[in-house]
Amino acid sequence: MSQKKAMLIDLTLCVGCNACQSACKEENRLPPNEEKHLSLTAYTALDKYNDLYVRRLCQHCDVPTCVSVCPVGALSKTEAGPVAYDAEKCIGCRYCLQACPFHVPKYEWSSTKPRIQKCKFCAPRLARGLPPACAEACPTGATLFGDREELLIEAARRIDAEPAKFVHRIYGKDDVGGTSMFYLSPVPFEQLGFDSRMGKTPMPMLTMSALSKVPNVLSVGGVLLGGVWWITNRRAKVQAFEASQKKDPTCPPEDKP
Amino acid sequence: MKIPGLPRITGWHPIATTLILAGAMAAFARFNYGLGATTNLSDEFPWGLWIGFDFLGIGLAASGFTIVAAVNLFHAKEYEPIVRPAILTAFIGYLLVVLVLIIDLGRPDHFWHPLVMWNPHSVMCEISWCLMLYTTVLSLEFAPIVLEKLNIVSPIKWIHAVSLPLMIFGVLLSTLHQSSFGSLYLIVPNRLHPLWYTPLLPVLFFISCIASGISMVILESLIFARGGRDLLPTPLRANLAKIIAVALAVYSVVRVQDLLTRGAWHELTTLTYYSLAFYAELLIGFVLPFAMLLLERVRTSRLGLYAATLLVVVGFAFNRMNTAITGLEHYPTQTYFPSLIEVFITLGITAVGFSAFSFIVKYLPIFEPVVAGPRPRKEVVTGRPEPIFIAREGGDLESR
Ligand code: SF4
Ligand code: SF4
Ligand code: SF4
Repeated sequence: MSQKKAMLIDLTLCVGCNACQSACKEENRLPPNEEKHLSLTAYTALDKYNDLYVRRLCQHCDVPTCVSVCPVGALSKTEAGPVAYDAEKCIGCRYCLQACPFHVPKYEWSSTKPRIQKCKFCAPRLARGLPPACAEACPTGATLFGDREELLIEAARRIDAEPAKFVHRIYGKDDVGGTSMFYLSPVPFEQLGFDSRMGKTPMPMLTMSALSKVPNVLSVGGVLLGGVWWITNRRAKVQAFEASQKKDPTCPPEDKP
Repeated sequence: MKIPGLPRITGWHPIATTLILAGAMAAFARFNYGLGATTNLSDEFPWGLWIGFDFLGIGLAASGFTIVAAVNLFHAKEYEPIVRPAILTAFIGYLLVVLVLIIDLGRPDHFWHPLVMWNPHSVMCEISWCLMLYTTVLSLEFAPIVLEKLNIVSPIKWIHAVSLPLMIFGVLLSTLHQSSFGSLYLIVPNRLHPLWYTPLLPVLFFISCIASGISMVILESLIFARGGRDLLPTPLRANLAKIIAVALAVYSVVRVQDLLTRGAWHELTTLTYYSLAFYAELLIGFVLPFAMLLLERVRTSRLGLYAATLLVVVGFAFNRMNTAITGLEHYPTQTYFPSLIEVFITLGITAVGFSAFSFIVKYLPIFEPVVAGPRPRKEVVTGRPEPIFIAREGGDLESR
């Protein structure tokens, strides 16, 4: 697993046959009915925009928002690329549902021991050196599996070869810090339900700016408050002494460590 | 002097009992049938009323650290009489919030996981830690009151010995998690409505909790004033009111300034679901009480203060609920309204809080910090608010 894996999804090649979803459902032993949206039983689904189909699935982000928000580390980014989930750790806070910029994780609401469900990037298959089931099933090559770096080169090559056919952008190359799913599209991504408000900065950075202040608050704040106490206490003591001794009689006998 | 509308409501006990029972039944349902069947939460709206309640509870319990800091770190000793009510409020508030959080978790049986499985990048993890540590601090700050009552002295000394670092630690923890509740939303710029989403969320959450926390103690000190015997002399209360006014002013300025610089004020030029919610929040909770508190007359009158601090608390509730719910709705296609079970659990737990407060106040020396002496009367209470049972010793009624 030296190389990070990824998938290149070329929207111009997708014919909407739904083979990816069927293969995924078979691989993950999910009910085989066709679904239009991501759900507990559909880790991937096709969104239709006029004559274009957009495959939705977990993007397996490089700096995944879901991983960063999970308080217990139930989600983790593995070296090969997949963002893995460990239900044994999950406390069910649903922060990942709230935070994932692609609205990917789904929750087993009807269970009393609920888990998250989402695309697993076929981690077990990858470990055996196989491509994900969906990529293998794709009849047109619209979903191409490979090494991240190589796929980026391939995507750039396709744009170069037919500059009129594509918008000149590889979605996922550096969006929200880069993902494992690259999209090529003939129309601007904003028209295809890709959220234009998300920039290139990984979302976790937004929180880090606040979290990174925690040690400061603790150290500087501690010293500051201690100092304030010392000063005001001294002042109070001086005043008290000047008046006469009238302090609480609780402490004397015991400790003075 | 009487304060109108005091909460010695006739029939409070039956009401509280009903609420608590209903809440318990609702909680039973929630644990037996899962979140899906009992709440209106969904993949699109994974957090709802309960998270809002947590925000509220924590914010209103902020008195715990502000007053403790003022009295014990800044040596504003004249405020000593409200330290215990403040600590009690905070203690109960935090316990309830922790309870609600656990009910809210999909896997309540895993609630202890954040303590052993860390993720330093997660605000939620930081909050869990702060909540746990601060609740411990509060219980240590609260313990002497109980021990004193039971006449167990030795642990008190022990606690006193560590009380300074303890208090400092508590204040720092509070600063952290009060603001961190705002940081929770830093990561959803694409979801939270621009009227509420701002990088300054943690700062705004912190400033507003100071106003709401102090308002809460003022309210308590007024409510439990028992006729003429005030907990705090009028000038001191007026000073607290000034602090609230300052916090409100700072908050409003930062908030408006932020809206201007981010350009989000555009959202306010038309009347929409969101702009209405925003106006309600800012005007009721911040601008109006600020204007009121500017007046000396209001600051020194009980009725005036009562109204102003109540507005602050209500506005604060608006603000937190707007951040947690309204701002995340996509009106009108995707809205959220809590289910009855969610509401009942919330009400039930709130009732537990109020009952616990009045129970503890009755049996522990909360409102008379100096002498652990006579304990308050019982059940006669349910009748008329004031006059009858002011006959507390030394209660120079109808004065001041
Ligand atoms: S798309 Fe969402 S769930 Fe998937 S890795 Fe990124 S943040 Fe996590
Ligand atoms: S719901 Fe589970 S996986 Fe998601 S953030 Fe919470 S603990 Fe982590
Ligand atoms: S990578 Fe695997 S789990 Fe993910 S959509 Fe493809 S087949 Fe399904």
